[in-house]
Amino acid sequence: MIEAILITLSITIFIGLVLGYASIKLKTTGDPIVDKIDKILPQTQCGQCGYPGCKPYATAIANGEADINQCPPGGDDGIHKLADLLGVEYKPLNAEHGEPKPKSVAIIDESTCIGCTLCIQACPVDAIVGAAKQMHTIIEKECTGCELCLPPCPVDCIDMQVIPETTENWKWKYPIYKIKQQN
Amino acid sequence: MTEYLLIIISVVLVNNIVLTKILGLCPFMGVSKKLDTSVSMSAATAFVLTVGSITSWLVNYYLLIPYGLEYLRTISFIVIIAAVVQFTEMVMEKNYPYLYRVLGIFLPLITTNCAVLGIPLLNAQLSHNLLEAALFGLGGALGFSLVLILFASLREKFEGADTPELMRGSALAMLTAGLMSLSFMGFIGLDRL
Repeated sequence: MIEAILITLSITIFIGLVLGYASIKLKTTGDPIVDKIDKILPQTQCGQCGYPGCKPYATAIANGEADINQCPPGGDDGIHKLADLLGVEYKPLNAEHGEPKPKSVAIIDESTCIGCTLCIQACPVDAIVGAAKQMHTIIEKECTGCELCLPPCPVDCIDMQVIPETTENWKWKYPIYKIKQQN
Repeated sequence: MTEYLLIIISVVLVNNIVLTKILGLCPFMGVSKKLDTSVSMSAATAFVLTVGSITSWLVNYYLLIPYGLEYLRTISFIVIIAAVVQFTEMVMEKNYPYLYRVLGIFLPLITTNCAVLGIPLLNAQLSHNLLEAALFGLGGALGFSLVLILFASLREKFEGADTPELMRGSALAMLTAGLMSLSFMGFIGLDRL
């Protein structure tokens, strides 16, 4: 009886120690470079780069499959940061993937909306609430302004509204010129 | 030498773990829809089965038998197999990311595969020595892989075949599995262990 308890205990304690040690020793935190690139990307999940979201694009950049100038929402600033991070030359935005636009959110004209749910399926960040044959609306806070909901709408009731600059969301414009020259 | 060869042949063909012992049916039915996934699953199972049967044998021989604790076999084997799988998963993620991506979700899933527990238990029952236990595990894995890959190929063929509507899907899979089991019975004469 005592032996059984002791043996079971010793087996489990041994296993626990080995696994605990291994989980510290063999820790992997994803692919660090992919996460770093993903952090720079604007997380609009718009797919304009040709990949189904920001993370896949980050993975593609890390694997050398994609160029750094395919992200219109990130703009010039984003490309500069990516170039810095990866130690490559800056190159202007590839026009194939679209033009940078001011940050905006989608607004549904609720009197025209027929409740078809097509935009809900298109939204990559689940920022649209609504049900079949019920009016839909957009959670402004969640909307990334990716415009993916515009094409599927059969009655064209979604508009992009530029976010006006207020004292709440104003910040210093980039690029900030460095006072001290780096060498 | 012939003895060891016989163990392998016996466990691959004659006493096939899936078709004769009826163990590990869950992945046999579950992941045999596509050939790719079934190959990954076979590889992962082969690995876990071999390592699992060796470690379980060690624990059984050096810890359980000397203290007369054979009745703790099931629970300690389960714990050991789960731990071995966890550990290999960590090592794999760190050192062989490509392999880790191929095996992916299958590795932790295998912990609950009854074939993986069945083989160490059979090892203990048949009182194999270490080498025999390892070969038994490897052979079981080979048999499992053979049958799983054959079955997945058959099912992929059926996808394109003009089968009666009523029979499509699970019905046909069950029938195929039964027929495969029958045909494997033909190997019984091979081995008189």
